[in-house]
Amino acid sequence: MENAFYTLHDFFVFTKGSAYILMGVILLGILGFWLFITGRDEETFIK
Amino acid sequence: MSTAAEMKKTWLTPFNIIVGIILLVGGFVTILRFTKGLAGVTNLTDNYPWGIWISFDLLCGVALAAGGFTTSAACYVFGLKRFHSAVRPAILTAFLGYSLVVFALHYDVGRPWRLPYPFFVQSGTTSVLFEVGLCVFLYLIVLFVEWVPSALEWLGFKKPRNVIVRMTLALTIFGVVLSTMHQSSLGALYLIAPSKLHPLWYSMFLPLFFFVSAIAAGLSMVLFEGTLSHHYLHDKMDKVYLSEHDGVTFGFAKGAAVVLVVYFFIKIVGITLDNNWHYLLTGYGAWFLFELLGFVALPAFLYAIAVRERNACLVRWAAVITVLGIILNRFNVSLVAFNWQLPPAQKYFPSWMEIAISVFIVTVGLLVFRFIATKMPIFYEHPDFKEHVPHEGEEEEAPEFVEHELKPHPQSLGH
Repeated sequence: MENAFYTLHDFFVFTKGSAYILMGVILLGILGFWLFITGRDEETFIK
Repeated sequence: MSTAAEMKKTWLTPFNIIVGIILLVGGFVTILRFTKGLAGVTNLTDNYPWGIWISFDLLCGVALAAGGFTTSAACYVFGLKRFHSAVRPAILTAFLGYSLVVFALHYDVGRPWRLPYPFFVQSGTTSVLFEVGLCVFLYLIVLFVEWVPSALEWLGFKKPRNVIVRMTLALTIFGVVLSTMHQSSLGALYLIAPSKLHPLWYSMFLPLFFFVSAIAAGLSMVLFEGTLSHHYLHDKMDKVYLSEHDGVTFGFAKGAAVVLVVYFFIKIVGITLDNNWHYLLTGYGAWFLFELLGFVALPAFLYAIAVRERNACLVRWAAVITVLGIILNRFNVSLVAFNWQLPPAQKYFPSWMEIAISVFIVTVGLLVFRFIATKMPIFYEHPDFKEHVPHEGEEEEAPEFVEHELKPHPQSLGH
């Protein structure tokens, strides 16, 4: 079953593993967001 | 027209009438509160010992006053001097915000005359609430000292003003430390209630959530307050303030966007670590998503678009949504998702008198802000205490306002 955890150890292995994958996605996401938000800074400065 | 008729015409504005009614009702409920006790004016119960006076006046008040430490840290610690003109309005907002928090506590605490007891009589040094209280107490003093130069410039006291201005960096660092501690500790208060707070809002990261969201709230509040001030106090702003305004707007918007995105992601990490995904399909889950997507992700996106497009109007809307989102979050944590397993009949809803006192306190804050901002050098540099060095090619021009309107005559103050 998808959400069945038999021990506390099982639970932490599953949730921490998910969190580590998520953190990789977040790092890429924040990098992309930063590039998006600063994308036109140079254009502004050139003006 | 006679003088009496002029006075009548001047005072009977819609704003003054509404404020007058609010103050009268607030005064009446204040008398009831201190004669009949908490039970006479509130709907508080043993299940809900903290109502909206804590949720709104304290939790929201402290979060929305975070603009003081974020702005002064940006300017004095991180050296972003282009935000210098935003420091005084932010410090004033923070100082009034914290003053009103303490003012509101006098209503909420059963025996307000014992508020100093935890510090001077019986310290509960193992309590999170003690740490919150001590930090707020010390930070209020710091904010007062940071605000005092404006009053001293207005009164013409040069020497004490110069002594305090020299302490700016130390005060800023102290303020950042104290704010970091108590903003997060307000979230830590709820760590004691894992069985009462809904799992979607409860997390071991609650202190982190409160701290990060307070930074976004503070930055947005500076933008929101700046918008209102531009509308109502434009004539009190000098050229330096006006020329730096766009830089402050987009700089703060960029900061708020990044902080909101970080906040959004750490909330997702919180759900992941507790494996609470299945709760998202419930009614509380829909409410949680409404808060997270509508008041965190949406303003982050709006801020980002606004910064890219240099759209100041969009920044203002994003700031309003963020401020509302922080209020919603604090209400959710302390009231809506608190005691979530109780039957609806036992849930708390504030009495009209509790709401009246909260409105009364906000109104008092607005009046004091308006008084200080119109009298003291908040949105302009006092002509006798100019610190702004004109940039190359920039003309140093006198402020547009008339000096004698803003500075009291020394004799009128009795010195």
